[in-house]
Amino acid sequence: MGSNMAEAHPVGFQWVMEAKGRGARVFHVDPRFTRTSAVADTYVPLRAGSDIAFLGGVINYVLENDLAFHEYVAAYTNASFLVREDFADTEDLDGLFSGYDPETATYDRSSWFYEGAEPGVEDEERARSQTEPLQTGAGGAGVGGAGDVPRDPTLQDPRCVYQVLKRHFARYTPEMVERVCGTPRAQFLEVCRGWTANSNRERTTALVYSVGWTQHSVGAQYIRTGAILQLLLGNIGRPGGGVFALRGHASIQGSTDIPTLFNLLPGYLAMPDDSHADLAAWIADQRSDGHKGYGYQVDAHLVSLLKEYFGDAATPENDFGFGWLPRINGDHGTYRTVMDMIDGKVFGYVVMGQNPAVGSAHGKLQRLGLANLEWLVVRDLNEIETATFWKDSPEVETGEIVPERCRTEVFLMPAASHVEKEGTFTQTQRMLQWRTKALEPTGDRRSELWFAYHLGRLVRERLADSTDERDLPMQKLAWDYATEPGPDGPGPWDEPSADDVLRRINGYDLTTGELLSSYLPLKADGSTSAGCWIYTGVYAGGVNQAARRKPHTEQGPYDAEWGWTWPLNRRVLYNRASADPEGRPWSERKKLIWWDAERGEWTGHDVPDFPVRTPPGHVAPEGSTGPDALGGDDAFIMQADGKAWLFAPHGVLDGPLPTHYEPHESPIRNPLYTQQGNPTRVVYGRPDNPSNPAPPERGSEVFPYVLTAARLTEHHTAGGMSRQLPYLAELQPALFVEVSPELARERGLEHLGEAHVVTSRAAVQARVMVTDRMRPLRIDGRTIHQVWLPYHFGHTGLVRGDVVNDLFGVVEDPNVFIQESKVATCDVRPGPRPRGAALTALLEQVRAAAGVTVETGTRIATAIGTPHVEEDS
Amino acid sequence: MSNRWSGPLHDVAADAGHVDPPPRVGFFTDTSVCIGCKACEVACKEWNAVPEDGLDLLGMSFDNTGALGADSWRHVAFIEQPRRLGHQETGFAGLPTGPSGIPETAVAVEPRLREAPRGGAELGTSPLPGRTEPQALGMPGFDRPGDATGAESRTDFRWLMASDVCKHCTHAGCLDVCPTGALFRTEFGTVVVQQDICNGCGYCVSGCPYGVIDRREGDGRAQKCTLCYDRLSGGLEPACAKACPTDSIQFGELDELRERAARRVEQLHGLGVPEARLYGHDPNDGVGGDGAFFLLLDEPEVYGLPPNPVVPTRDAAAMWKRAGLAAAAFAVAGVAAFLGEGRR
Repeated sequence: MGSNMAEAHPVGFQWVMEAKGRGARVFHVDPRFTRTSAVADTYVPLRAGSDIAFLGGVINYVLENDLAFHEYVAAYTNASFLVREDFADTEDLDGLFSGYDPETATYDRSSWFYEGAEPGVEDEERARSQTEPLQTGAGGAGVGGAGDVPRDPTLQDPRCVYQVLKRHFARYTPEMVERVCGTPRAQFLEVCRGWTANSNRERTTALVYSVGWTQHSVGAQYIRTGAILQLLLGNIGRPGGGVFALRGHASIQGSTDIPTLFNLLPGYLAMPDDSHADLAAWIADQRSDGHKGYGYQVDAHLVSLLKEYFGDAATPENDFGFGWLPRINGDHGTYRTVMDMIDGKVFGYVVMGQNPAVGSAHGKLQRLGLANLEWLVVRDLNEIETATFWKDSPEVETGEIVPERCRTEVFLMPAASHVEKEGTFTQTQRMLQWRTKALEPTGDRRSELWFAYHLGRLVRERLADSTDERDLPMQKLAWDYATEPGPDGPGPWDEPSADDVLRRINGYDLTTGELLSSYLPLKADGSTSAGCWIYTGVYAGGVNQAARRKPHTEQGPYDAEWGWTWPLNRRVLYNRASADPEGRPWSERKKLIWWDAERGEWTGHDVPDFPVRTPPGHVAPEGSTGPDALGGDDAFIMQADGKAWLFAPHGVLDGPLPTHYEPHESPIRNPLYTQQGNPTRVVYGRPDNPSNPAPPERGSEVFPYVLTAARLTEHHTAGGMSRQLPYLAELQPALFVEVSPELARERGLEHLGEAHVVTSRAAVQARVMVTDRMRPLRIDGRTIHQVWLPYHFGHTGLVRGDVVNDLFGVVEDPNVFIQESKVATCDVRPGPRPRGAALTALLEQVRAAAGVTVETGTRIATAIGTPHVEEDS
Repeated sequence: MSNRWSGPLHDVAADAGHVDPPPRVGFFTDTSVCIGCKACEVACKEWNAVPEDGLDLLGMSFDNTGALGADSWRHVAFIEQPRRLGHQETGFAGLPTGPSGIPETAVAVEPRLREAPRGGAELGTSPLPGRTEPQALGMPGFDRPGDATGAESRTDFRWLMASDVCKHCTHAGCLDVCPTGALFRTEFGTVVVQQDICNGCGYCVSGCPYGVIDRREGDGRAQKCTLCYDRLSGGLEPACAKACPTDSIQFGELDELRERAARRVEQLHGLGVPEARLYGHDPNDGVGGDGAFFLLLDEPEVYGLPPNPVVPTRDAAAMWKRAGLAAAAFAVAGVAAFLGEGRR
């Protein structure tokens, strides 16, 4: 679901085809019949933006028919935990959970806690502006006193999580699924039967998703729904089970592990904010009372990181240089930053491996932001739209950007390609694979490593004599990576050694100078270093484990000697759950790890994801914390309570349980609740970011169709790596819009003719592709059409086209600030779009017809109707 | 006459004069697992430095290559059909659908095909022999036997994908008619054009029963798949097979591939896909069997493949006799003799 794996991940899809060849049944649930659907056993259509209703329906099917894997659920999830008495569900409050504040569009989450647990005082504004759930990523959110929560192991208490869940999803019936998703009942039930029949002691089911799930204003809750279902069916931590997030690029997993995100440090450690005066304050903020598991060890992880950053300059006396880390004080996410550019608050921008003028939602907003900078650095293989916006963007045509007057100075830096540099890629399975360099880069092309290293070197040289306190972090950095002669020959421009960087990420025992083989010995006293604690062990035994390439024909079932998977080369996370509470595999067929009573340790085919000598049945001593506090059945060792969360008492900002909300832009009224959309979604009510109206607002009929966009196999994301290449460009040479024959007839669209797709932001011209792969759905009694476009095109390259992302506005999920770019509403009209001033006039006309104002879409609490607009807009 | 003009031939390489040749190799393309990624097309072009073939949106589903030709040695066909694939459920039942759009899209593409110089081969599947009415070929698979047409509301759908390539025939028409010896049979049993010998006469183009070989514009010399002769010589598999993520394109010794293919057809029949059948595997067919053969899920015409390909030289012996008897048939006799001489 939410994934077109055959097209977007064709290499990984070979394993799906292999599994299918061995008898696996493949279901593809998607708004569109794709190349994945073509080879699936069953294709199931649904409306874009309705997946929570669909999955909620499957959860209801499981609970109503008593099909959950009870022993697993009772032992390893929080199903038995009691929730506070003052918790109120969306079923009680018509689409809102208890604690909602319409003025701030945030929840006071204290009523969501477990019975008896003491919620601390939360700064909900801070939690929201820094996307706290993302910051608590690896360790999970803290829950004070989790060890003492009253439980009902029989799962019968009306306030236990299991019963709360049952009530919450009771209305997600097959009839409701049909009404909300448009999926015919019979097909929905076939999915339910297939999923549940294949999930038990003997069998497991894998769930695969991609950005079709994440890029929604309820994106994090989509994933939560999938996780809840897989937990109920015992499909987590077991071979063949799991929730697989297919990442969007070769090393996107790597760029979250060692993050390019504003609020994270490497290894999912929270970026300090301005409330953290010292290291102790930061550590205290990461922990909760009775905190179990490895998330408690954050002090060792952060201090080791600081030792890697600042080397000998980091000492216990100076808090290991904690004060030199940057502080955040609000939303510094990518979209906020772009709006701050427009508002004149940001002056410079460095863009590496990204083409936001094409690839980010609301392309026009992106380009207007770029046009209001002093300087812009673009590092890429080609001169992409992000570097040429000032001379050839659509805004030049409309007069909104005047090349002669655009003040942004653009520095285009040529980048080496992936075959011209060495290092690791971290893929979807958390596997690091070392790549050697095949070719020296030509001309001035250089690796990212070279660029970052020498940029740092030059900045440090410039600041060497500075006495300004703010320059201390740069001065104190241990910027002493080994180098080797690069394309420029030996000298000051040597290539930094990627191998040395990997060693430094792995970390050292600083007392002996030996490379570490595990993160377990990391200490908070400054005696160890590690650039990313979850990667510690990638250089175990002084060997680059990521470079291992033993063929599967020469090794066991989990191919442990191919590359290296974090943490500690574990192939299946939380694999303690592959054995029953007594430590025996749930079945012979699905055995992965088990307790070896003779040797008194966990063993098996995979690296056990559990304290290796903690036996089944172990009861943690009173008052213990961290790994010592884990009981023998606390399989989810990174959670503060050791359990997988069916119900999230903390850590999610938009509700402890997923609930179906309509997308920000939808042609229909939410059939389930008065509350229409996510009541905590992040809206930016600004004149330059208009929304199409959604019911109950008037005017939604002007944009009657559901719009979604995605990739083609033949192109790479924003096109910077494919539109310039003839062999790829010729395979998909033009922007097209896929419509069903029914919609083509309704709108007079002719196959291969021109059409334009219109939203309140933009009109995008595309060739019409009439195809039976698109089909109308019956939603809540109405026929709803969906249209789809690939988003790869832009105004440079061998093949060109309008920027599809111009159609989308900016609205975000509150938990992680992901934009809703997988669903919006639109109109489709035959013929080419108008140009220049006529285009501006068309957009003004449609906005007027739909009654779009700056307040449209910003009354996010439907029943209350307070608009959320930016003050100076 | 020996049977070297047609029919089964045990050892093509030895028959062409190779001493103690390695086993004959080829491709088995199992279209039932093709995901249409076109990695084969790209890998082929990268390895063989085949130029770009035009940046045109053809409107034939996701096929913007159109056909095999001088500048496309692999071609992935995409066929949208209003019918069911085996037991596949495609989620139509109960949706508010109208008639299929496939006839309309075919009509939109058809005029472009008719204007195309090679009778449509530039843009899609070649016109079928024996059709007098203009045939809408825009979407391969339009109006085939068994297709549902004119239904009030569409209820079924399948999307077939298949990667086509030179067949490396046992009796290769292109090779048989080549007057310069530019085309030759390799020790691996494959058929390759030598660019330094080809004089661009184009006889091979009409000699190929599949419409595969083609002259490159601006150059004039004949071009087609070499089954990566250079890679084979270096002990590597062809680029397309190497790049294929789902093993739809399988490279290997032909005898083994034929056994594997027979097992796969049997397996698919067992899985409720009775329409699975092999194409080009039979040494008794009109070309003596293909070195590159296919598992298809529909009639060959649907994929743009001729149903009964026949090597032109199959009738050469009869033609020769007739030529001896009829003085008026000098020209024909001359061509036939030329064909015989040209073959090495």
